[in-house]
Amino acid sequence: MAASSRAQVLDLYRAMLRESKHFSAYNYRTYAVRRIRDAFRENKNVKDPVEIQTLVNKAKRDLEIIRRQTQKDDLSHY
Amino acid sequence: MLLRTAWRRAAAAVRAAPGPRSEAPARGLRLRVVDNAPQSAVPSDTATAPEVESVLRPLYMDVQATTPLDPRVLDAMLPYLVNYYGNPHSRTHAYGWESEAAMERARQQVASLIGADPREIIFTSGATESNNIAVKGVARFYRSRKKHLITTQTEHKCVLDSCRSLEAEGFQVTYLPVKKSGIIDLKELEAAIQPDTSLVSVMTVNNEIGVKQPIAEIGQICSSRRVYFHTDAAQAVGKIPLDVNDMKIDLMSISGHKIYGPKGVGAIYIRRRPRVRVEALQSGGGQERGMRSGTVPTPLVVGLGAACEVAQQEMEYDHKWISKLAERLTKKIMNSLPDVVMNGDPEHHYPGCINLSFAYVEGESLLMALKDVALSSGSACTSASLEPSYVLRAIGTDEDLAHSSIRFGIGRFTTEEEVDYTVEKCIHHVKRLREMSPLWEMVQDGIDLKSIKWTQH
Repeated sequence: MAASSRAQVLDLYRAMLRESKHFSAYNYRTYAVRRIRDAFRENKNVKDPVEIQTLVNKAKRDLEIIRRQTQKDDLSHY
Repeated sequence: MLLRTAWRRAAAAVRAAPGPRSEAPARGLRLRVVDNAPQSAVPSDTATAPEVESVLRPLYMDVQATTPLDPRVLDAMLPYLVNYYGNPHSRTHAYGWESEAAMERARQQVASLIGADPREIIFTSGATESNNIAVKGVARFYRSRKKHLITTQTEHKCVLDSCRSLEAEGFQVTYLPVKKSGIIDLKELEAAIQPDTSLVSVMTVNNEIGVKQPIAEIGQICSSRRVYFHTDAAQAVGKIPLDVNDMKIDLMSISGHKIYGPKGVGAIYIRRRPRVRVEALQSGGGQERGMRSGTVPTPLVVGLGAACEVAQQEMEYDHKWISKLAERLTKKIMNSLPDVVMNGDPEHHYPGCINLSFAYVEGESLLMALKDVALSSGSACTSASLEPSYVLRAIGTDEDLAHSSIRFGIGRFTTEEEVDYTVEKCIHHVKRLREMSPLWEMVQDGIDLKSIKWTQH
C-alpha cells in the first residue's frame, strides 16, 4: 500500500476540523479544533513514510471517535 | 482583510440568531467573543457552532473538584455500557471473557502511566477507598510490630480521617507540619521516623494550593529507613511524570475523575517487589487478588484505563497549554490588583491549581459575585463548612487572608477566552467589593490594621 500523499493528509485534516465543529459542548469543540491544528502542525515535517502512515492511521481512528461522539450529540439533548 | 469580513459575517450570524441568546446579558461566552475584537481565536470557530444549549451555563474553572469526561474516554466506555455487559469474573462464557480482556487491558494502561507492573494495580471505587486501603490496610497488617504512622497536616480529609480512626484503635500518628511554602521539611520527616513506623503518607500534588511535595527525596528517605511510602497522587497522575520505581513509591492512590475519566472508579498501586502486605478492608469473593472484593465495574475501569492512556500521550501538550494559561491568569490579576497573595510555593507548584488570597475581600462574596464562573475557595469536601481551609491554616496564612482565598483550576479543556473572562470579572468584582469595604478605606488612609484595638460591644 502506498504511503499517504500530501493531498490525503490535508483531506483528513479538513475532515477532522469539519467534524469537530459539530461538538455541541463549547469546551470539547474548542479543544478538538485546537488539538487537531497543533498535532498536524507539529508533525508537518515528518519524512519517514512508515511514521507518516502510523500517524495517519491514528488520525483516522480519532476521526471515527469524533464522528461517533458528535453523532451522539445530535441525537440526544440531555 | 479576510479576517475582518469573517468577523463581520460571524457577528451578523450571532445577531441574527433568535430567542434566548439575544436576551441573555454578556454571560454567554459566544456573545463575548464577538463583542471584543478577536485576538488569537479565529471567530468562525464559535460562530459556526450548531444550535446549542439555550440555557447558558457557567464557565468551568474548578478542575480540582472534578473534570469532564474526555470524548475519547467516553468512546472507549460506551461499548461496555451497551453491548459488552458481561461480568469480568464469569469464566464460562464469551461475555465474561471479553469483559475480563477489557479489564486487563485497562490495568495495563494504568500501570504503564506510572511505570508499574499490571499485577500491582488494584481497581477500587476511587482515591478515597485507595487511601483507606493504603493507610488502614498497611497499619493493621503490621500492627503486631509497628504502631506508628507519619503523615502531613495538608493531606486530604480521607487520609487524615483514616489516621484518626487508627488512633482510636491504638496506633500513634505524627502529623508533620509544613513550611510556609506548603512543602514539608525533609529533616523533620527523618527525625519523626521511629523504629516502629510502618507507613509514611504524603500527597504528591495538593488539591487546594497545587504544591508539589519532593516525592523522590521522600521515597529515598523511606526506603533507606525501611518504611513504606504511600502517596495520594490523585491530582498528579497523568499531569506530571511519575515513576513508582524511580521515586521509590510503595503505594499510590489514583482517582478516575481527576484525569478526565469517569467518577466512581480509581486504583491503588501496591508494590510487589519487595512485597507490601495489606489487610483487605472489603471482604467477599476474593476479586482483585483478595485485596478488594466485589465485581470490577468493567465500563468504569475501561474508562480509567483510556483516561490514563490519553493522559500519557497528552501530558506534555497539556502541561504546556495549562502553564501558558496559568501564567496569563496570574500575571493579569497580580498586575491589575494590589494586595493579592498566591498561596503555596511558586516554584514547586503544579500550574493548573492556582490559589489566590485577595486581601480585604471576603472569599464567599467574591465567589457569589463571580456567578458566571464555577470556582471554589478550597476543597469540595470541606466547602459546606464555614471554617477556612485547614490547608491554608497549616501553611500559616493569616485568618483574614484565609477567608479571602479563591482556587482557580485550569485543565485540558480550558480556553484562553475563559481565562480572560474570569480574570476580567475577578478584577472588576474585587475592585467593587474593596470600594465597599471600610477596612480597605482605612488601609488607603495608611492605618495599620494590626494596630487597631477593636472594642467589645
